[in-house]
Amino acid sequence: MTLTPPEASTRLRVISIVAAAAVLAAVAVTYTVRAVHRAEPIASSSEFALDPGHLYFRSTQAGAGRVARLPASGTGPRTPNGPSCERFYAAGGTALCLLRRPGIPPKSYAVVLDERLREKRRVALTGIPNRARVSASGRMLSWTMFATGDSYAGGSSSFSTRTSILDTRTGYLVKNMEEIPLTLDGRRYHSPDVNYWGVTFARDDNRFYATVSTKGKTYLVQGDMRKWTARALRENAECPSLSPDNTRVAFKKRVRGGTKNPWRLYVLDLRTMRERPLAEHRNVDDQAAWLDDDTLAYALPGRDGRKQDIWTTPADGSGRPELRVPGASSPSQVR
Amino acid sequence: MYLATTDAVAKAKDKKAKDKGGDAGKGAGRGKGRGRVTGPVLALGVVSLVTDISSEMVAAVLPLYFVLGLGLSPLQFGFLDGLYNGATAFVRLLGGYAADRGGRHKLVAGSGYLLSALSRLGLLLAGGATAGIGAAIAADRLGKGVRTAPRDALISLSSPPDGLGRAFGVHRAMDTTGALLGPLAAFALLWVTADAYDAVFVVSFCFGLFGVLLLVAFVPGRAALPVAPPGPGPAARPRKALTLLRIPAFRRVCAAAALLGAATVGDAFLYLLLQRRLDFAESWFPLLPLGTAAVYLLLAVPVGRLADRVGRRGPFLAGHGALLAAYVLLLLPTGGRALLIGVLLALGVFYAATDGVLMALATPCLPEGRRASGMAVLQTGQALSRLLASAGFGAAWTLWGIGAALTCAALALTVAVAGGAALLRSTEGTPAPAVPAPAPGAEDPHAPPEKPHAPPEGTS
Repeated sequence: MTLTPPEASTRLRVISIVAAAAVLAAVAVTYTVRAVHRAEPIASSSEFALDPGHLYFRSTQAGAGRVARLPASGTGPRTPNGPSCERFYAAGGTALCLLRRPGIPPKSYAVVLDERLREKRRVALTGIPNRARVSASGRMLSWTMFATGDSYAGGSSSFSTRTSILDTRTGYLVKNMEEIPLTLDGRRYHSPDVNYWGVTFARDDNRFYATVSTKGKTYLVQGDMRKWTARALRENAECPSLSPDNTRVAFKKRVRGGTKNPWRLYVLDLRTMRERPLAEHRNVDDQAAWLDDDTLAYALPGRDGRKQDIWTTPADGSGRPELRVPGASSPSQVR
Repeated sequence: MYLATTDAVAKAKDKKAKDKGGDAGKGAGRGKGRGRVTGPVLALGVVSLVTDISSEMVAAVLPLYFVLGLGLSPLQFGFLDGLYNGATAFVRLLGGYAADRGGRHKLVAGSGYLLSALSRLGLLLAGGATAGIGAAIAADRLGKGVRTAPRDALISLSSPPDGLGRAFGVHRAMDTTGALLGPLAAFALLWVTADAYDAVFVVSFCFGLFGVLLLVAFVPGRAALPVAPPGPGPAARPRKALTLLRIPAFRRVCAAAALLGAATVGDAFLYLLLQRRLDFAESWFPLLPLGTAAVYLLLAVPVGRLADRVGRRGPFLAGHGALLAAYVLLLLPTGGRALLIGVLLALGVFYAATDGVLMALATPCLPEGRRASGMAVLQTGQALSRLLASAGFGAAWTLWGIGAALTCAALALTVAVAGGAALLRSTEGTPAPAVPAPAPGAEDPHAPPEKPHAPPEGTS
């Protein structure tokens, strides 16, 4: 045996193992203590409110994990120290904050915030926060979680999404929208493997768009809240985002198979159903946000050691992408 | 010196003595008889416990780390994770083969443990690089694939034939304890450090390395194993592991395991069904498998002992009966607490009565020098057929709905249990060391020399 001399006495082996355990425990404890010291505190309070004319986002650098804001004009100081969120969106005097609280097991929540960014309602969830949207009026909220479970729940390779819709006026909550009657290719479609994500609401707070995936394909669906039906409009469109004038949908389109840079941002004209690629050539895995009728914002993996950056690009496919907020994600423009 | 031991142990020793040319002294202290678990088994149990803490810590936080820590797409993680599951089958066969070559079980298993431990550092150093993370996950899977069969072979080689069920039961109970503690440790760490994933990786690495050191210090190496010296030659290729299927008893065990595996719906499906039926708070969902693991943990040793006393075939089949009971419970209109407790209990019994017991069932069919290869073949066959079952069940669910799919699964399992009972009928009719070895040289001109040459019966 090359690993151990067989003649090593039991006593010697026990002493060596105890010594090794002590060293390894010291390493583990030291590293953990240092990690505790550099931990960012979690905050639920906010040092600012939802004011028109600001771009809100989740900071990933100074005050990491908390919402911050900039004047919409693009110039002016960054105001830090909003609520702690993993994903954030705000419109019409309502903000939606998806957050995780550590514990055994960790818990997730969707927290509804008022225009002062104070908590109004909290919904307990499972999974990893992924998408969050608020309708222009602030009435309809939707969020998507990745249901992974942890290793207890039979392996992590089975990612599925769980999308909820909350009507803040009536308080009605659809915890998981996958039971919505779906029409695909003109026929009522049944399959247990349907997954929805990335809901975006129209101005009437009734019509919405979302992604449905089934049998390895994704579709853009148009939904109706009151009738509670959904209808597939076209294939290969994920994470739709409706323009403020409600005429166009920005989405990510799968342009390559596999996992290497699969998505590009496109804009679909809902009247002609014609799509147009945007000037952003990099892989975008985000539900884009419209800053106004001509500009889209989205997060990309950060440069220079930053986790994520917010970029903008013109919605008509012209121009060039621009770095808007370094060290940030979850953009939302409050008008 | 054989008079003091049970008959079966005596036979095993006698056979070994003949195999090793009369060198019986090395194995003499090994068979302590029924009722005692040997040192190597306990050592391997502790190694597995510590290693499972390490690996389950990482497994529990990896999706979170990937999506929230790095801001990467869950899709990519799903791909990365699924990609390597298939590859482990081949690696497992390779690990079994490498271990059998000259009895290098400890070295091969140790390399597997070390590779998995080092993969934590890989995760730490990879940062946000997808390729680096992919390599680290691959290294972890590689390590897990390589070490499983040699480890189980070591357990079988370090235990008396009439104490195998208990030995595997003890090992599996310790293994499951580690798997339970790992996620708890990881979540506690994330809690105190406010999501410092790197701290989880470092602590996991420390546990993993400690497991390797424990193995090095306390698990016996080649010198203490009752395995013949290396038998290299043109015949000793990994492919040749499949020639073990020429042993009729082993072939039957493999066939039964594969058949029953093909009717075994994945746990994840059952938990999902349970959650749909009961509609309890989603935040409790991740805790369901804890219930199963707790039952498994408590029953692994008693069921193993029972298997030693009444034969391993009965508990193995009864365990699948428990799985069938879980299917039926989910089909019945029962609800509430009775359904929840019933299903978790049945699943726990299923694991306790089948996982380690299968290894104990297969051990007597395999020549000592080819244990690891044989176990690798058996485990791979079972894993592949279970994969097939899950895919089939998913398709049936999609096509026909959940009620019909579950009814199909229940029928398939009933047929499989009947088939398994028929296949295993003759396996245990003969005493444990009755290895129906192929006539030397008849089937395989390059037959490795470690195959038992002595007639197993009438030697004591």
